[in-house]
Amino acid sequence: MSIRVDYRASLSLVGTVLKYLTVPLCLPVAVALSYGETVAPFLLTVALTLLVGAGLERLAPEPDIGAREGFLMVATTWIAVALVGTVPYLVEAHGIPLLLEPIHPGSTLGNPANALFESMSGFTTTGATVLGTINVTDHTRGVMIWRQLTQWLGGMGIVVLAVAILPELSVGGAQLMDAEAPGPGIEKLSPKIAETARVLWGAYLAITVVEILLLYGLDLAGMAGANMDAYNAVAHGLTTMPTGGFSPQARSIEAFSAAVQWVIIPFMVIAGTNFALIWHALSGSPEKLWRDTEFRGYLGAMAVLTAIITGLLFTGGFATGVPEGATFDAAYLQQYAGMISGNLEPAIRHALFQAVSIVTTTGYASMDFDVFGAPAQYVLLFGMFVGGSAGSTGGSIKVIRWIVVAKAVRRELFTTAHPEAIRPVRLGGRTIDERGVRGIFTFTLLYIAIFFLGALVLYLDVARAGIEFTVLEVISGTASTLGNVGPAFYRLGPMGSYLRFPDSSKLFMVVLMWAGRLEILPLLVCLTPEYWRR
Amino acid sequence: MIIVGAGQVGESIAADLSDAHDVVIVEQDPDRVEEINYNLDVLAVEGDGTSVSTLEEADVADADMVIASTDDDETNIVVCSTAKAVSDAFTIARVKNTEYLRTWRRSRSAFGIDFMVCTYLLAAESIVRVVGLPAARDADTFADGRVEMAEFDVGEESPLAGQTVAEADTYDSLTFAAVVRGEEMLIPTGSTELRADDRLIVIGTPRSVRAFAGDVAPDETALSGEVVIIGGSEIGYHVARLLADRGVDARLLEQDPERARQLAEELPETIVMETDATDIEFLEREHIGDAEVVVAALDSDEKNLLASLLSERVGTDRSVAVIDQSEYVDLFEAVGVDVGVNPREVVAEEITRFTRAGGAENVALVESGRAEVLEIEVSPDSPLVGEPIRESIRSLPDDVVIGAITRGGEYIVPRGETVIEAGDHVVLFAAIEHAETVASML
Repeated sequence: MSIRVDYRASLSLVGTVLKYLTVPLCLPVAVALSYGETVAPFLLTVALTLLVGAGLERLAPEPDIGAREGFLMVATTWIAVALVGTVPYLVEAHGIPLLLEPIHPGSTLGNPANALFESMSGFTTTGATVLGTINVTDHTRGVMIWRQLTQWLGGMGIVVLAVAILPELSVGGAQLMDAEAPGPGIEKLSPKIAETARVLWGAYLAITVVEILLLYGLDLAGMAGANMDAYNAVAHGLTTMPTGGFSPQARSIEAFSAAVQWVIIPFMVIAGTNFALIWHALSGSPEKLWRDTEFRGYLGAMAVLTAIITGLLFTGGFATGVPEGATFDAAYLQQYAGMISGNLEPAIRHALFQAVSIVTTTGYASMDFDVFGAPAQYVLLFGMFVGGSAGSTGGSIKVIRWIVVAKAVRRELFTTAHPEAIRPVRLGGRTIDERGVRGIFTFTLLYIAIFFLGALVLYLDVARAGIEFTVLEVISGTASTLGNVGPAFYRLGPMGSYLRFPDSSKLFMVVLMWAGRLEILPLLVCLTPEYWRR
Repeated sequence: MIIVGAGQVGESIAADLSDAHDVVIVEQDPDRVEEINYNLDVLAVEGDGTSVSTLEEADVADADMVIASTDDDETNIVVCSTAKAVSDAFTIARVKNTEYLRTWRRSRSAFGIDFMVCTYLLAAESIVRVVGLPAARDADTFADGRVEMAEFDVGEESPLAGQTVAEADTYDSLTFAAVVRGEEMLIPTGSTELRADDRLIVIGTPRSVRAFAGDVAPDETALSGEVVIIGGSEIGYHVARLLADRGVDARLLEQDPERARQLAEELPETIVMETDATDIEFLEREHIGDAEVVVAALDSDEKNLLASLLSERVGTDRSVAVIDQSEYVDLFEAVGVDVGVNPREVVAEEITRFTRAGGAENVALVESGRAEVLEIEVSPDSPLVGEPIRESIRSLPDDVVIGAITRGGEYIVPRGETVIEAGDHVVLFAAIEHAETVASML
């Protein structure tokens, strides 16, 4: 058997990407320095990353990659950065032998499986956490900002960033971005792919900065609540635009004022919008937004879900009791049920925040949505399968695929009655060729199949480990990790964590997050023998 | 005048122009050259129209106009560019591909072409006019669409049969231009009696023409049902597109899967079906018989005849067929096709309107060229100016009818006492033998 894939070239490029990953590590270093914390965890990460990166680069000094090598490179990059991302977590819990005492020996991220889960959850912008306690006293501020930064880096895509920076990726770059970017196909915004990648990252950076300034402005104006400060403004700016959802606050966005919640909603909406579209809107043709079928479908989906949840909450659709081990108590339930039932503003705000957060796969929470009644929770579970727009930082199936599926189904109904009719599937005046439609059907079906299989595997694994989970937890946990959403329900809710899962389940979920971020096919194709041999 | 390409169109134009102009035809096929030299009073030259030497042999430097009318688009374009390079002649090119037309329209001087006519588009426009005006055999618009000319059959059951023109003419803004009875062409007066099987040529506002169509055949009022287009040829495509623009429901049948797919992509509002239109079972299952009009636009005349007859058999009200061979038009209409449209004739008509002397703005040939309806901007020294029509009409040949007048965009009903002013647009009907005289007089 001979291997027909130049894996050395792929790995060499992964090495290059790793080398460049050391640049953004400056941010946690700066944060650690300004708060008088040790920078050792990050220095070690830099050293290790450079070492591994340089080592991988030596495999092929002048890598030349084709389409197949591209898939391997993208898939490997994501697991490689996730592994590198674990280093600060591990060092914080264990220290460095002979050099550094453990900083927070009680950290749950001392367990390598937990560290990998947290790191993958970060880079894939999932936002599911296995931290035992979330605050800046049980963890250093440097490590907590690193956790936020992993999401920001993963949001627009590490490979997209590499294409923007590395000249050697200019030719195969489009394919690489296609393999990494969410949604079917990419839109070139300029003739040069590197320029496109730079434009995307530029817009992403600019909008992030705007959000940070707004959040900090609210704080300066005294309208952001007691917990907001410059650190939190930056931390949340870093995880909104990538639809990430990590927060250094244990209570997520509940820790802030209603004004902050209102400000974050539009940024989540932007984050779930196609960035090419945003770029067009910002560069002088905002009418393109309203003409875009997907954007209208995306807003429509969120509006419908919001309306349903608002109705349910307004009429008092809350949990009837506090289940054992729940993330909330009776007082909390009473407080929110009393505050929201019959009051329009809080009902709309919390319904809108949760619906937008789940549909865009951000995963923030403005309150513990575990107190929602079952119908409202189900609406959110449904929302986990909608996803953001193609070309956004959102995960899951994506609105555009659902639109195409719906149109293709309608076409099928028509051609059943009129077998001779030819009806191309149209999207905003353009027709989608049948290959494209087939690809979308394949992906959607595969996604749902993996969801069901994944839930089954997870259930069998927790049963083997003898840990009790409810059906809702397993199903919502699978949907949430595969869709890169973050929080699930019950003990996996926005104020809970995935810590109770056995290590084997966590590693399985790492794979789900990885597959979900790359939209399954680029990862799956690397696992087929045909990929390697023919 | 130089005409390059002696096909049907070239010959037809040459025949039309030879009365008043010196026409030179350039043609590659020696047999065809000989034929033309015998048949027409023109000079046929053998040679390649794209080469400067051939054009010079045809004396291009002194030519007023070069008409490129071969069957090949690119050749026609090169002919015009070449002619433009070596002379000041007005160049007219005939093309099939609408892409070239689109390019040309953007600058109006692209390729060195002064006027471009697109066969398929013109044929499709002509079909849509016929389809849009049921009962009309022919229809054409003038003066930016403010004036319409239409030709109607007076059927046996038509309420008009037996009425006099004065009784039938209940519309202010409608003029009865001519009555065709067999081989005879009458200029009607108020007492002329209309008979079954007459053909009636009327000129008026589009609204009155449409309303009059309802009088001629009350059963076939304005198009309300569906149009089925058989054949996804270029003409079929343009018909579907133009109908979609007018909000008419249309189905397009095409046999070739790839072409059907392509058409479906380009025509979002049309239902494209991939099928053999001669499949009776399909025609019945899809209720093609319920369609108001079937347009046969397949690539052969025989197939179009068959498709039209089949659709009429399953119950379609009207059939319109594209007929390539002009000799077949009468035959097909006799057998049962309601209206036959000959693309070459349509193109020849369009080119002729540009070659007319006297500044005619717009010309329509009616009754296969036996008469013309033309639009003329009246010059100050025209005999029509300054006198009531009743007087001034005397200076024109007998069989000329002034059908409509527009002045500054306003429609004016021509009456005996109406005084025409310089600058008015006059739409008039004239027998072919007087058409050119009239055009130059006004």
